[in-house]
Amino acid sequence: MTDLLTPVLSANWGTERSWTLDGYRASGGYTAIEKALKLTPDEVTTLVKDAGLRGRGGAGFPTGMKWSFVPKDNPNPKYLVVNADESEPGTCKDMPLLLASPHTLVEGMIIASYAIGCHTAFVYIRGEVLHVHRRMQAAVAEAYAAGLLGKSILGSGYDLDIIVHAGAGAYICGEETALLDSLEGHRGQPRLRPPFPAVAGLYASPTVINNVESIASVPAIVGNGVAWFSSMGTEKSKGMTLYSLSGHVRRPGQFEAPLGITLRQLLDLSGGIRTGHQLKFWTPGGSSTPILTAEHLDVPLDYEGMAGVGSMLGTKALQIFDETTSVVRTTLRWVEFYKHESCGKCTPCREGNWWLVQILKRFEAGEAEEGDIEKLLDVADNIGGKSFCALADGAVACVTSAVRHFRSEFEAGYHTPAWELFPYGRSALFAVADKSGAHA
Amino acid sequence: MSGHEFQSFFPDSGEVDMSDPSTSIDETTIAELRALAARYPQPRSALLPMLHLVQSVDGRVSPAGIEICAEILGITPAQVSGVATFYTMYRRRPGGKHHVGVCTTALCAVMGGDALLDQVSHKLGIGPDETTPDGKFSLERIECNAACDFAPVMTVNWEFMDNMTPQKAEKLLDDLAADREVTSTRGATITSWREAERVLAGYSDGRADEGPSAGEASLLGKQLADENGWSAPKGEQA
Amino acid sequence: MSVIAKAGQDVAAVDTITVTIDGIEVAVPKGTLAIRAAELVGIAIPRFCDHPLLDPVGACRQCMVEVPDAGNGRGFPKPQASCTLEVANGMQIKTQHTSAIAAKAQTGMLELLLINHPLDCPICDKGGECPLQNQALSNGAGESRYQGVKRTYPKPVPISAQILLDRERCVLCARCTRFSEQISGDPLIALVERGALQQVGKYADDPYDSYFSGNVVQICPVGALTSTSYRFNSRPYDLVSTEVTCEHCAAGCTLRSDQRHGVVRRRLAAINPAVNEEWNCDKGRFAFVSGRGEDRLTTPLVRRDGELKPASWAEAIDAAVTGLKVAGDKVGVLTGGRLVVEDAYGYAKFARTVLGTNNIDFRSRPIGAGEAAFLAERVAGRTLNDAVTYADLETAGTVVLVGLEAEEEAPLVFLRLRKAVRKKGLAVKVIAARLSNGSSKLNAELISTVPGDEAAALRGLELPAGAVIVVGERAALAAGALTAAAEVADAAGARLAWIPRRAGDRGAIEAGCLPNLLPGGRTVADAAARVDVAGAWEVESLPTAEGLEAPAMLAAAVDGQLNALVVAGLEPVDFADAAAVRAGLDQVGFLVSLESRASEVTERADVVFPVALIEERSGTFWNWEHRPGAVGQVIRGTGAPMTDLRVLAALADGLGTPLGIRTTAQAAAELAELGGYQPAAPAKAAKASTRKAAAKPAAKAAGSDGEQLVKLSTWRQLIDGGRGQDGESAMAATAKPTVARISPALAERLGAADGQLVTISAAAGWYTMPVAISADMVDGTVWLPTNSAGTGLGELGVVFGDEVALSLGGEE
Repeated sequence: MTDLLTPVLSANWGTERSWTLDGYRASGGYTAIEKALKLTPDEVTTLVKDAGLRGRGGAGFPTGMKWSFVPKDNPNPKYLVVNADESEPGTCKDMPLLLASPHTLVEGMIIASYAIGCHTAFVYIRGEVLHVHRRMQAAVAEAYAAGLLGKSILGSGYDLDIIVHAGAGAYICGEETALLDSLEGHRGQPRLRPPFPAVAGLYASPTVINNVESIASVPAIVGNGVAWFSSMGTEKSKGMTLYSLSGHVRRPGQFEAPLGITLRQLLDLSGGIRTGHQLKFWTPGGSSTPILTAEHLDVPLDYEGMAGVGSMLGTKALQIFDETTSVVRTTLRWVEFYKHESCGKCTPCREGNWWLVQILKRFEAGEAEEGDIEKLLDVADNIGGKSFCALADGAVACVTSAVRHFRSEFEAGYHTPAWELFPYGRSALFAVADKSGAHA
Repeated sequence: MSGHEFQSFFPDSGEVDMSDPSTSIDETTIAELRALAARYPQPRSALLPMLHLVQSVDGRVSPAGIEICAEILGITPAQVSGVATFYTMYRRRPGGKHHVGVCTTALCAVMGGDALLDQVSHKLGIGPDETTPDGKFSLERIECNAACDFAPVMTVNWEFMDNMTPQKAEKLLDDLAADREVTSTRGATITSWREAERVLAGYSDGRADEGPSAGEASLLGKQLADENGWSAPKGEQA
Repeated sequence: MSVIAKAGQDVAAVDTITVTIDGIEVAVPKGTLAIRAAELVGIAIPRFCDHPLLDPVGACRQCMVEVPDAGNGRGFPKPQASCTLEVANGMQIKTQHTSAIAAKAQTGMLELLLINHPLDCPICDKGGECPLQNQALSNGAGESRYQGVKRTYPKPVPISAQILLDRERCVLCARCTRFSEQISGDPLIALVERGALQQVGKYADDPYDSYFSGNVVQICPVGALTSTSYRFNSRPYDLVSTEVTCEHCAAGCTLRSDQRHGVVRRRLAAINPAVNEEWNCDKGRFAFVSGRGEDRLTTPLVRRDGELKPASWAEAIDAAVTGLKVAGDKVGVLTGGRLVVEDAYGYAKFARTVLGTNNIDFRSRPIGAGEAAFLAERVAGRTLNDAVTYADLETAGTVVLVGLEAEEEAPLVFLRLRKAVRKKGLAVKVIAARLSNGSSKLNAELISTVPGDEAAALRGLELPAGAVIVVGERAALAAGALTAAAEVADAAGARLAWIPRRAGDRGAIEAGCLPNLLPGGRTVADAAARVDVAGAWEVESLPTAEGLEAPAMLAAAVDGQLNALVVAGLEPVDFADAAAVRAGLDQVGFLVSLESRASEVTERADVVFPVALIEERSGTFWNWEHRPGAVGQVIRGTGAPMTDLRVLAALADGLGTPLGIRTTAQAAAELAELGGYQPAAPAKAAKASTRKAAAKPAAKAAGSDGEQLVKLSTWRQLIDGGRGQDGESAMAATAKPTVARISPALAERLGAADGQLVTISAAAGWYTMPVAISADMVDGTVWLPTNSAGTGLGELGVVFGDEVALSLGGEE
């Protein structure tokens, strides 16, 4: 039985100059790479596959399997692209990792690139996180200077360049094919699949796209072995991962634990819901994962557990809301986010979110009419599963799960504004005049 | 949100502001733009960083910047314009020296972000996407900035301003207005939006070592593990 | 029920798979999209963004279908967009007809497309032929559930002088932007903004001036894109449509010409997969009003007391007959390149059987030495079966262009080449003085060549098997280039194609409008061929001597060797030496003109016969491939004047030798019966061109005043000063500017900076225009447009490859 918390990725956070090469080495950094370079690339892939590492960016696809899809006989260069476009509402794990220990990612990228035969790798970091860029740029520069990047890394004969790339404000670029278009200097709109990126990705060449946390987990897996990694977690959800707690909890933060921990356990660790309040609803992994309630406190936070209760593990971004919070308001704000971030390419997402926002505003203002719930759900149904990528599905997930669990609150929207039912000021962490929450 | 306002008429969309043709892009900038294009296996990949650099020089995506990027990359200005108008970080018009962001995505909004936006807007006398007449501040209602465990969150020039309160916001704006030194909670000393854009273009400002390793919330799990003697199992490495 | 789809034109074996759509099994080639497979069994799935000639995008999501079995026993959990779904063997597809899920997905999508769509159908150009309107009617809900506010923008936005954009109507299908990027290579419009604000946009003062811009109006599935010239002009259901073949160039596009109340309102690209697929160029689409000006001829004119006076047809015919009788067989016939083949055949027969001469030439343009012989040997008498076709270009592997600027001179050839470059890895090599924008869009390799050195460039080529050499009519002006092209092609086992510029050129050759050629590729020099044709024409014999080429006829008219000229539509400025043409027309004893509009010819003529506009008659154009393209009569019963053929028949009657044909149908039948002909022996080379090299610009010594003697490179720009484009001002506004292009090195020697005025002078005159310094220009050469606003090179008396003097400065 493993411990409740198992800091691996976060083990060196907060240590002396943890973001520097020296700081990282002081906590055992850059030892896995030596081990990896002594293996064949296929052996590295097999190791990651056997460990059972699944993508930490939301979809949970087995990382090693993704690597093994890269065709060996394709004459084009192979590329690794790390998705550091962390933008899913509630998600806040990759940015602290990159701030505190960018070299963990660099080491992971070297190993992953070696495994897939890549000589140019990219980190696509969302633009709005300036200090993350500084730390990542500096880490890459240090790694070059130390012979960890560039020609013949550590005398191995293996060459790798890493390019740190800044996005410019677009949630959709977290979608891997939109990210590729963006990285090619286009509008970040998703591409048709097939062809899949593993076959024709960046520059129409074989490309692996992995989340920051996935790649950052690789050095530990290579360093400690398959058995070590799979000793943590559950049967199908192996290893440790970062859970992010935010919202109405006494102490929000990052908790690195084996997959399968429950919200009840995490709430205990974070001191519970803020004093005098009770849990009302929560997301298991960002706003795109259907909301859950107090009845789901003991469901394991792993891929299977969350699927079993009609939600998804997603990014393991647990947003916690207490009983002061209006579900209608929160849903509206999430859907406004999706409307703002819709790339515009496909009809259901572009037009559907435009419409959903207007319907939800009527609910919030207490101006909805009898039958509007059915209309809301029907419009959501016309969007869900019909759009080009999963962005709109996220918006629909908010709406349908909110109505499923809190239908009466929507019914109240037929006559009473949400800010009267749930004075907004009461949800804030500081004193706010109740009416100003609904700022006009 | 009162639930009533919903913008549906868009008189100015579709193009960058062509009314102001001014530019400060010179040979040095052009050389830097070309160097960015040369960093990538295919030059067009540099377009996003190049537009960040244009902003750092011209304070916005200027017509000249668009045309120069198009020329360097061998694409049409319409194609550059399509990219420049897609991403929210590219400005059509000059902003303030300091670009203030208030997160009002669901969680931050609920936890006080809406009130902070009201407050900041009232104090600066401008609404979102506006700039103060003295050119000191511009304001943006930002979407989730990946700092939810520090909610409610603000940003200045894309530096984190965590765990904001009305009092902290008041002081922050006062200090910036008075050119007093302000430091990000998880970042460096605040400089200016333009200098930030230059870093995003890939040109270091040498401030990576400023600021902490991590914020308090980021360290919570690690701290609890230490307190309780919890750790990951021992592996081969150990 | 089972249907076997045709495997298209490719007879090569393709992997065939079987899918079931709404219970109907169909065998289709591997890789077929579900939406196409459904079409094959007659099931129309609604769609907006899908277009068979554009890369799939899957944006509108209208074409959702249910896939209960993907061919592997498992279904897709969600409905699929059939426009991006490649079918798999054993796949089961259920469309809106058999699946409630598909039907709801489609109805829901339509509702989403309509929430922000304005209800302005009654005033929208697209109303009545609008896919969105049609589908809203057939599949949409009767009432809207949308209570919100519709998105609005200022409107319309001109994205060019010719194309207007109503953003509110746009459904963001990206057909226009994909067309501009993928098909024509002019990404001057792009999707801009994002999300609900995404829209089509251009950049500032960089308008969507593409030669193919009109296509985006046609493929727009709503009324978001409209044309300046047609906006608010007609309702589609009031229009009467006729299929025609475009009269503007030799590409041979099939068009749909729409008229109302006897006036052509618009023209569209018709579907002709073998030729223009579904596209055309802006000239073909918009330039159809030139016959509406005040210069339109409506009655015959006869010169009396030195002045042209209206006359009755009988008077005019009598006058012409009288004049021609006096001239005897000392007559020349200049037919121009704009005639349908039936009319051209009428002139060819008229010259031989009625006038008794081989003095006939369609080439109202600079002529090269040996060109007529080349045309006789390598072009005439071919059929579609043995000629190079569009499809051949597409599969050639390598295409070499010589003396042809495809985008300007044969736009649909350009589109086909570009398609092959994008889709089939075609390599294009261009032998030219500069890498034009069009060549760049073909990723062409420039074989930088000073005009005149084309033959050497050709001989330096290494061609892979299966290559095609395409020569344009200008290649004739470079010494030895045509011969070199033929020899190089033969040696390499490559194929050779000749692409003329005008719609009537190819047919004129087949009809026999050359001094060395009888119909069907028979040479005048071939006695057996003469006997053959004489027999068919029921005349005793045909003139045996080869006739004069056009410049020689005009010269002979000046010195009295010829007594009369019969001239169809042509412009002096199009010839190598406009002054020489005018001199010939002025000094010839008797001049008969058959024209539809007043021209420099009619004003000099003794008798003028007004002939029908192309829209008032039927006929056939043979395109560069030798493919016949029918021209339907668009306008009827407007008291249209006669065809050229009708006039010739009347003249023949008057001259006592009936022509034997007077209708287009008769001419077509007779020409078909005459057929092609294989000469018994290789044709002898025709006599060399009589065109003299243009006089050296001798006014100033070379080098004096910084003047540079340079070679002239030129081609006609698609939208230029041609008279067929008269009256279409919006299109004219999208024309390329008139500039002289020179290399940086020449600019330095000249001391010229970009945009400065330069003067190009030759013996007959000079032009002044801004200079454009182009890095891709070969040195020692200046490039000018042949006939753009302010430049008609015929006025200078110089042609491609001649020497001209270039100097800095001048007055515009």
